[in-house]
Amino acid sequence: MNSTILRTATRYLLPLLLVFSIVVMLQGHNKPGGGFIGGLIGAAGFALHGMAFGPRATRTALRADLVVVMALGLAFALVAGSLALASGQPFLSGLWVSVPFPGFGEVKVGTPLVFDIGVYFVVIGVVMTIVLSLLEENA
Amino acid sequence: MTLLIAVLSGFLLAPFAPVIHRALGRFSGWLIAVLPASLAALFLLLAGRGEGVVVESHAWMPGLGANLDLRLDGLSLLMATLIAGIGAAIFVYAGGYLAGHRHLGRIYAYLLMFMGSMLGVVLADNLIVLFVFWELTSVSSYLLIGFEHADAKARKSALQALLVTGLGGLAILAGALLLGSAAGEMRISQLSLHREAIREGGLYVPIVLLLVFGAFTKSAQFPFHFWLPSAMAAPTPVSAYLHSSTMVKAGIYLLARLTPALGDTALWNGLLTWFGAATMVVGAWLAFRQTVMKLILAYSTVSALGTIVMALGVGTTYAVEAAMVFLLAHAFYKGALFMVAGAIDHETGEKDVTRVGGLRRSMPLLAGAGVLAALSMAGVPPLFGFIAKELTIKAALPDAGVGREGYALAGVVVVSAALGVAAALRVGVAPFFGVKRETKREAHEPPASLLLGPGVLALLGLGAAVLPGALATPLVEPAASAALGGPAQPQVALWHGLNLALALSAGALALGVALFRGQWAIVGLAEPASRPLDAIGPSRLYEHGLAALLGFADAQTRVLQSGSLRRYAFITFGVIVLAVGATFVLRRPLDALPDIGDARPYEIGLVLLILVGAWFTAVARNRLAAIAGLGLVGYGIAIMFVLFGAPDLALTQVCIETLAVVLLVLVFYMLPDFRSFSTRPQKVRDVLVALAGGAAMAGLVLVVADHQPDMTVSDYYAANSYGLAHGRNVVNVILVDFRALDTLGEIVVLVVAAVGVYALMKLDPTTREGASAGGERGGEG
Repeated sequence: MNSTILRTATRYLLPLLLVFSIVVMLQGHNKPGGGFIGGLIGAAGFALHGMAFGPRATRTALRADLVVVMALGLAFALVAGSLALASGQPFLSGLWVSVPFPGFGEVKVGTPLVFDIGVYFVVIGVVMTIVLSLLEENA
Repeated sequence: MTLLIAVLSGFLLAPFAPVIHRALGRFSGWLIAVLPASLAALFLLLAGRGEGVVVESHAWMPGLGANLDLRLDGLSLLMATLIAGIGAAIFVYAGGYLAGHRHLGRIYAYLLMFMGSMLGVVLADNLIVLFVFWELTSVSSYLLIGFEHADAKARKSALQALLVTGLGGLAILAGALLLGSAAGEMRISQLSLHREAIREGGLYVPIVLLLVFGAFTKSAQFPFHFWLPSAMAAPTPVSAYLHSSTMVKAGIYLLARLTPALGDTALWNGLLTWFGAATMVVGAWLAFRQTVMKLILAYSTVSALGTIVMALGVGTTYAVEAAMVFLLAHAFYKGALFMVAGAIDHETGEKDVTRVGGLRRSMPLLAGAGVLAALSMAGVPPLFGFIAKELTIKAALPDAGVGREGYALAGVVVVSAALGVAAALRVGVAPFFGVKRETKREAHEPPASLLLGPGVLALLGLGAAVLPGALATPLVEPAASAALGGPAQPQVALWHGLNLALALSAGALALGVALFRGQWAIVGLAEPASRPLDAIGPSRLYEHGLAALLGFADAQTRVLQSGSLRRYAFITFGVIVLAVGATFVLRRPLDALPDIGDARPYEIGLVLLILVGAWFTAVARNRLAAIAGLGLVGYGIAIMFVLFGAPDLALTQVCIETLAVVLLVLVFYMLPDFRSFSTRPQKVRDVLVALAGGAAMAGLVLVVADHQPDMTVSDYYAANSYGLAHGRNVVNVILVDFRALDTLGEIVVLVVAAVGVYALMKLDPTTREGASAGGERGGEG
């Protein structure tokens, strides 16, 4: 689609959507959100970019091959699960550590978050694979 | 830990085999052979200490009664030593045989995996562990048979072996679980303590049938023998290793292992004796008919496996001892003969016995190994095969444990042995003598790597007979006593005095020489009779069965997977309406409409909005309008989620709805114009199905609202979300923590689906050009 309005809007919307998607993913453990929703929001941002600038530009903007993104996501999820195995607990048990974070006090970081990041990447990779394949078909 | 490391070492080394090969080139086989050689030495050392039984147990899945119990006793020792010892010879041989092959490193890896699986089978002391390794041998055998995967025949043979032995593996699993529950014990070594319970538990017959079936498929017993000759599509080192000396003996191992617990009943003895005897004679005859060296050896292996199973079936102390001696003798001479046949093929390019002759001058050392092994197979003194044959005949003859049918059995053994003599002379002797014939390649002595294996094994066949106390009894005696569950004293000696068995053995030899001389005449005479038999043979049954299965899959796919979206929707909703409708009619869950409280005005407004969207979608005249209508429905539902306190669901719904609209627009963009192909009756039918589907779903929702579900699980999640999982958003905690395994499965499915979409869009040959014009892959920028 060759629309100046869409392109200009996308330039500002894409970074916003991406930041928003990460926030949604990170806050998911306590508030509405999570890796799945965050991934969908991020993918929606890239889909918008794809429609505005064309799939080739989007592939460039993504920087990484989508197969790598999906593999990375699965790897995150598997590593998050395997950490528990390494400490002698059943696969995918949640492990938590408290990390002091200046200004926030203690921040709890756990393997479920790592797992959720994996979900986030997988969702982006999958949705964008489908969207870009279809876009390229239309091109 | 020792046994566990021994079993796993092959698997651990396997990934590095290609690297080692790349680094070392032509000497890689010798280096890799160090592992199996040291394993063989390790087993002998372990067995030599103390009582000769090593037991290990490692926690694996204790909750399921599956522990990694490993046990090295006499029977395991015989098998494990063969597996590792012959394995060492095979790695050296493979390095020479496949020298310069592009994927030599890969076959080392497969062979190492196979060796590890096989060691696992014979060292497992737990039924589940045994099953797991049993399946791994099938898998690695599949990879090895299909090694030359560019060859369609190799792929077909590999699949055949996998299907036949895989079917047997399923039977083993079922049989093992039944056996474990009947005995109340998964440790194999403890099963014989519960033999009365197993026998009287009512499950004895299915247990025996399942386990014997599994063992028969693996050990190529009639009528499942046909996969073994097909498996000769594998490179010769593989045939020599898997299909003569080790894997095909896994079934025999299992039968021997379970004899103390299951044996000594009419069913067990009858099955093993008569199927074994049938296999023995059928295999011997089929070997006699062949002219391709590897096929002669394959069928004669089938025959030998039948002999061992028959001896186990006879079940007397003497017969079980004979079975163990025969197993060892066969491993020596058959392994050697396979490697000799492979070396002849390697050096001359000929695979057919009728095309070679007089090779002894150009390859004297190989000729020596071949003749020695062949004479052992023929049962000529003073070789180990002679002892094995005499013991086997004697085991079949009437005795304290064998009735008058023993004469018939001994007769069958003698005939098969005579046919075996002819096969042995044909493969191991005839190629080296007689007139020198022109071969595809100029014949010359094979390199040391090809001579070592057959030479050592052939010499072992001599040594075991001449010095039985040093080379045979220490392996055979503990094996026989383990299989008997009691003391055994196999009489491994060349001279037992003049008796009927010796006379029959000599008779078999003489008859065999006569058969060898008249071989082609006899085969020619029998050919008209055997041809119709081939047409109904088990191998044809397998082909017809497979074709029928594929045909059925094809037919039902064509009916169910029509490719028409409307038809899918019709079937899906039709089934829902029927199933839900039937339940409503039969169970009447909604006799009175439940009280769902008063609807607030904005809720009614929202419902109306959704209804308008649905109506608009149904009557829209172009696709974009239909998509917009559908979007209205979707966002309406999202607002509904917000109103009823499910923000996570609402967020997801909004995102999904947005992306769905994008995807639909992209897909519909490619479709031709919106046109209606439905006739009026079809439209009426579709409307009815749609309305019924909607009614069924509405009814379901009402029932759910009316129903008080068991809240235990939900309450647990809600109560422990923060305490155990440090999260206040229960939905997310369930997704990433409580039920993370489900989520892991789902994201894997997502990735698979994406790969599927990618393949559909990019790899369709009709659109490939367009796809490459649109940029094949990202990452180029």
